[in-house]
Amino acid sequence: MSRIWKKYRYLILRRLTQLTILALYLAGNYLGWKVLQGNLSSSVLFGTIPLADPYALLQIFATGAMVAADAIIGALIIALFYGIVGGRAFCSWVCPVNMVTDGANYLRRKFNLDKYERKWWASRNIRYWVMGLSFILSFLLGTAAFEMVSPVSITHRGIIFGMGFGWAMIVAIFLFDLFILKNGWCGHICPLGGFYSLLGRFNLVRVEHNQPNCTLCMRCKEVCPEKEVLFMVGKKSMQVKMGECTLCGRCVEVCDDDALYFRLRDFLDKGARDVS
Amino acid sequence: MAKTDEGRRRFIVSMAQNVAIATVGSLLWSAYVDEAKAAPLVLRPPGARKEDEFISLCIKCGLCVEACPYDTLMLAKPGDHKPLGTPYFIPREVPCYMCDDIPCVPPCPTGALDIDSVSEVKDGERIFDITKMRMGVAIVDIKNCIAYWGIQCDACYRACPLLDKAIYMEYRQNERTGKHAKLLPVVDPDYCTGCGLCEHACVTEIAAIKVLPRDVALGKVGKHYVKGWEKSDEARLHGSQGIETTVTPRSQKSPVDSLNEGIDFE
Repeated sequence: MSRIWKKYRYLILRRLTQLTILALYLAGNYLGWKVLQGNLSSSVLFGTIPLADPYALLQIFATGAMVAADAIIGALIIALFYGIVGGRAFCSWVCPVNMVTDGANYLRRKFNLDKYERKWWASRNIRYWVMGLSFILSFLLGTAAFEMVSPVSITHRGIIFGMGFGWAMIVAIFLFDLFILKNGWCGHICPLGGFYSLLGRFNLVRVEHNQPNCTLCMRCKEVCPEKEVLFMVGKKSMQVKMGECTLCGRCVEVCDDDALYFRLRDFLDKGARDVS
Repeated sequence: MAKTDEGRRRFIVSMAQNVAIATVGSLLWSAYVDEAKAAPLVLRPPGARKEDEFISLCIKCGLCVEACPYDTLMLAKPGDHKPLGTPYFIPREVPCYMCDDIPCVPPCPTGALDIDSVSEVKDGERIFDITKMRMGVAIVDIKNCIAYWGIQCDACYRACPLLDKAIYMEYRQNERTGKHAKLLPVVDPDYCTGCGLCEHACVTEIAAIKVLPRDVALGKVGKHYVKGWEKSDEARLHGSQGIETTVTPRSQKSPVDSLNEGIDFE
């Protein structure tokens, strides 16, 4: 039992967080609980504190509209929170699509699909292009362009307010990640993830690699949804600095050798500490 | 020499590829969004700004939907054929009951629902007036309204929260029987809020009184008509320069001269 906990502690905590947040939003809509009301685009915490998706708000600004104060305060609160903790903690601890793409990724490993599937190469920077385009299109079309198609909003809103044909989007993302491109949606295309990657550049919570302990088993890279951030594994001891790290903690829990762990940001970081 | 040329080609072609992918992607994306945001027949919550402003401001959080005590408001789902995630209502199913305290408007975080359009601040206290909202306007289909057939029905009139203002009854002689009166419901768009209680109450199989967005249902006279019998409207003529005539080369002569001259095709 304790071994399962050790191997899956962050995964279990993440699923609990994701499901609790969903449950609180659901209770907000159906039972009138005043803990979390609204959805991930914008919500009210404890009936008073406004929260808003800063990326959605930037798209609204791009249309040229001036937004009321509540949304601006809410977006600042969220931006500050993820800026401190780590931007993409949203992706792995809150976003409901994470469960879909993690599921696809799990099946990929389970059935060793990577070995047999035809491979397409796609840049992980597509998300930044999509993000840039979303602002341009919002300006041209006069509506928040990504919010009109966002699978994140469609899924989350669907669970809380009724899904309609939104399930098709979820199926599409699942199949895309399972059979077309590994980590396709979350790791390549999603501009919300791109936005939070940029936001999390200066965060406090980081994964740290301790090279002398590493036995080069590479399990961390197998499970990592953004494995480019673990380039240092087995090479040098340093903290993961790239904003693309989702802080999911999978690398930490699969490591049997205590070579990866969560640490606060090392402000005195003098570059990589090479260990000979 | 040949090698740098090769490298340059490779660079230019891969740039062209990236630009092409981005262009194709954004064309598809914008084509979808542009079609998907156009919904001229959608009815918005109380206090909603004009549709084009509303659609850029609404963040799709559903706080108005959650605040509605009657479950009137819904968020558009994929398949509803409305701009995705935006709030709307269908009055024939659940109309707006025009709550005095308008719970749906204040929660709006972005101001897509404009609180000032349905309230006034008096002595530091906000006083709501739901009758100021203009969600739509009711339109009567006089061919399928049984009151216009001469059958007595005043369901919409009785349902109207602004009875005798937004809907009033007009008397007319029933010429078919010669001895009865018709009581005809008539909507006054100056008062109608578009709540849809009339549409909800209508007894015909498909409602003969329907709420439509005001932009769709109402006409516009244009500024060249002046109500001479209304002092305020007549005042618009004050300081006018008289009648303006369009001057073209042909209109320089009198019409008769111009016509007699024939047309010069040279």
